[in-house]
Amino acid sequence: MDGQAPVQELVEHLFRHQAGQMLAALTHTFGVENLDLAEEVVQEALLQALQQWRFHGIPDNPRAWLIRAARNKALDVLRRQASLRRKEPELERRLKERQEKTTEPPDTGELEDEQLAMIFLCCEPALPAEARVALTLKAVSGFSVAEIARAFLTEEPTIAQRLVRAKRRLREAGMALALPSPAEIPSRLDSVLQVLYLLFNEGYGAHAGENLVREDLCGEAIRLAQLLASRPDTGLPKVHALLALFYFQAARLETRVDGEGNLLLLAEQERSQWDQTLLTHGVLELEQAAQGEELSAYHLQAAIAAVHVTAASFAETNWPRLVDLYDQLLALAWSPVVALNRAIALSMVEGPEPALKSLEQLSEHRSMKNYYLLPAVRADFLRRLGRTAEAAASYREAVTYPCTEPERRFLLRRLESLKMNDSEAF
Amino acid sequence: MAKFMLILHQTPGVWRNLSPEEMQRKIEKYQAWAAKIRSSGRHVSSEKLGEEGGKLLSLNQGHLHIVDGPYSEAKEVVGGYFLFRAADYEEALEFVRDCPFLEDGRISLRQTDPMGCGGD
Repeated sequence: MDGQAPVQELVEHLFRHQAGQMLAALTHTFGVENLDLAEEVVQEALLQALQQWRFHGIPDNPRAWLIRAARNKALDVLRRQASLRRKEPELERRLKERQEKTTEPPDTGELEDEQLAMIFLCCEPALPAEARVALTLKAVSGFSVAEIARAFLTEEPTIAQRLVRAKRRLREAGMALALPSPAEIPSRLDSVLQVLYLLFNEGYGAHAGENLVREDLCGEAIRLAQLLASRPDTGLPKVHALLALFYFQAARLETRVDGEGNLLLLAEQERSQWDQTLLTHGVLELEQAAQGEELSAYHLQAAIAAVHVTAASFAETNWPRLVDLYDQLLALAWSPVVALNRAIALSMVEGPEPALKSLEQLSEHRSMKNYYLLPAVRADFLRRLGRTAEAAASYREAVTYPCTEPERRFLLRRLESLKMNDSEAF
Repeated sequence: MAKFMLILHQTPGVWRNLSPEEMQRKIEKYQAWAAKIRSSGRHVSSEKLGEEGGKLLSLNQGHLHIVDGPYSEAKEVVGGYFLFRAADYEEALEFVRDCPFLEDGRISLRQTDPMGCGGD
């Protein structure tokens, strides 16, 4: 096949991202009350590309092709839809104006504004958090209902229902697709950042090969955070802090499991394999985050991640600094999971005894009742104190709680290694 | 070299619920498959047929009878075709064997009549 023209290839996730962009543009034209209609138009335009391109190959400018197809479908809809016909001349003029602007190079400014307005719309604080996440994935990131359901290990009808309700709520509230005013942006961003944080964590909890869609969530969270961080109006320090956190976590993503898909502890991970480019990005973002007075929870979490990824080895980790950062984070927003992490850091500074004590109050907490990590951490402290039989009992307790298959294997592996070190306790 | 026509029979609306990502993956598969035919210089032409049912023509006692095609009711329709060159059925089948069309519909493969007057 030498000497042939290169085969046209599509940018990774082009359809997904283009779906989000076209939907934002069409929603801008049709109005939020016609979000469903805009979604249909986008789906039809993408389907048309699939139908056509398989016979004729991918066109030279796939993006422009898709935008043109969506515009033509939108014009059809305008003529068909009675509710829109009244506004037809005006809407038609807007669609055509836009088409002229989308010839290369694309006018990114306006497209970006619309995309951003769509993010704010989907993360409207009046919507329940779950609905915000689902709507953002659907309308901004171009995920299907089935993909969202797979990503969140939920049933499809549940997600579909959640989306229907969210859209109805936006419609009834008479929401418009517009950027919040500069004064509103800082507070409106909180809800957006929370959604991105949830997206990233859901993806981070996924394990290699287990489910491709879940891994994509991290990429989406990073892409949207980058968009926010890149603009002067939305690039606030807390946004840079969140992006720094994402970069630090993503840099370790590949090293969390071994060749057989077994979970590796931070102490066991191959540090030289951490993605240096992502780590550098993380450091740069953290520097940007430091500008300004605000110290958000994202700042502290990013700082914690930074301590881990900048340590030359597990043993050389700055544990006292971590305890301090966890204390600050707990003072800002107490959570049992953070307290559990603090206990681990504390065990490295003051030893397992006081750390074990600090777990006592946590077991009372409702959200810790069926959480496998609490007994798993307790087991590790007990093991280090030489209380092997109790450690084994704690590992056995941990396995009874819900966890993923790699997590379960990890716990059993730890239990096994206890046996080898102290056979008398069994 | 002989010409072969690959005709795709598919069920209308079968792709309606695909996600954008799934559509992109499908296109990439087609692209990779078609590249084999195109890069070996065997591709003659390929067209997608229109979504509407087209027209059905017949002579009824000497009168031309024209009706709309039965697209929407049809369980299976011809979605399009590929025309390409191959030495014989054996080679043509090699090209078609891994065609992504097969994930969504049936394919008929026909050789154009070598005695036809359409040139090589």
